[in-house]
Amino acid sequence: MNLELKQNGRVLTVVVSGELDLSTSPDFRRRIGDELEQNQGIQHLIFDFKETSFVDSSGLGAILGRYRTIAKRDGKVSAVNVPPHLVRLFELSGLLKVMTIDPSLEEAEKYD
Amino acid sequence: MKENYLLITFPSIPENVGLARVIVASFAAQLDFTLNELEEIRVATSEAVSNCVIHAYREQSGEIQLELKIQDETLSIKVIDGGCGISDLDLAKTAAYSTDPERMGLGLVFMESFMDQMTIESQLNQGTQVLMVKKPERSKDSNDDGQ
Repeated sequence: MNLELKQNGRVLTVVVSGELDLSTSPDFRRRIGDELEQNQGIQHLIFDFKETSFVDSSGLGAILGRYRTIAKRDGKVSAVNVPPHLVRLFELSGLLKVMTIDPSLEEAEKYD
Repeated sequence: MKENYLLITFPSIPENVGLARVIVASFAAQLDFTLNELEEIRVATSEAVSNCVIHAYREQSGEIQLELKIQDETLSIKVIDGGCGISDLDLAKTAAYSTDPERMGLGLVFMESFMDQMTIESQLNQGTQVLMVKKPERSKDSNDDGQ
C-alpha cells in the first residue's frame, strides 16, 4: 500500500494505492494519524480510492478510526473514485452513515 | 471440471493474509466465477485468515492451515488454527461486535454474506475451523437449465 497525502487549506486528501488490510492498516493509521495530529487545522478528510485494489474489514476499521478524529473537529469524511465492489463493502459495513461518496474530487473539495 | 485440492500451512502473521488471498483467488479461478464473485472470495478469505492472526493467536506465533478443494464445480475453503478458540460463537457473529475498539466486528458478517455457506467449529484452547463454500452463479444457472 502507498499513501499520498495532500493538504489544501482545511482539507486533507489521501490517495490510497494498493491493498488496505490487516498488514497495511497500521501504517495507514499511523501516517494519517500523524498528519492530523501535526495539523490541527485539518477539518475534512477525502479518501481517493481510484488506485485501491483491495479493502477488507481491517481497512474499514482504519477508515472509521480516522473519521472519529475528524468528527471531533466537526468535519466531514468523504470518498471519491470508489470502485463498485468497495461501494458494496461500505454499504454492508454501515460506513456510509458517516462517510459520503462524492462524484468527484473537485466536488469533495468544496467542503473547504 | 476435474476435482482439485491444495493444502498449505503458513505462520500466523499479517503479511500472510495477502498471500492467502492470492492463493485462494488463483485456485478459485479454475471455476467459472465472475470477477465480482472472486472479489467476494478474496474478502471472505482475508477475514478468515485475519481472524486467526488477530484473535486465535492474539498476534503471538502460531500456524494457519488452509485447505482448498474443488468438487462438483464448488469451491470449499477451510481455514484451521490451533489458537484460543471462540468462547461465544453467537456473540462473535453479531455485527459490530469486536473485542478490539479499532475494528468493526464485520469479519464473520462478510464471510457469511459473500459465501454460499459458512460454518465454524471451535473449541476453547483447542482452535477453530472455518469452512466456507461457494459455487459460481453461472454454474448454478447451467445446472438449473439441464434439469
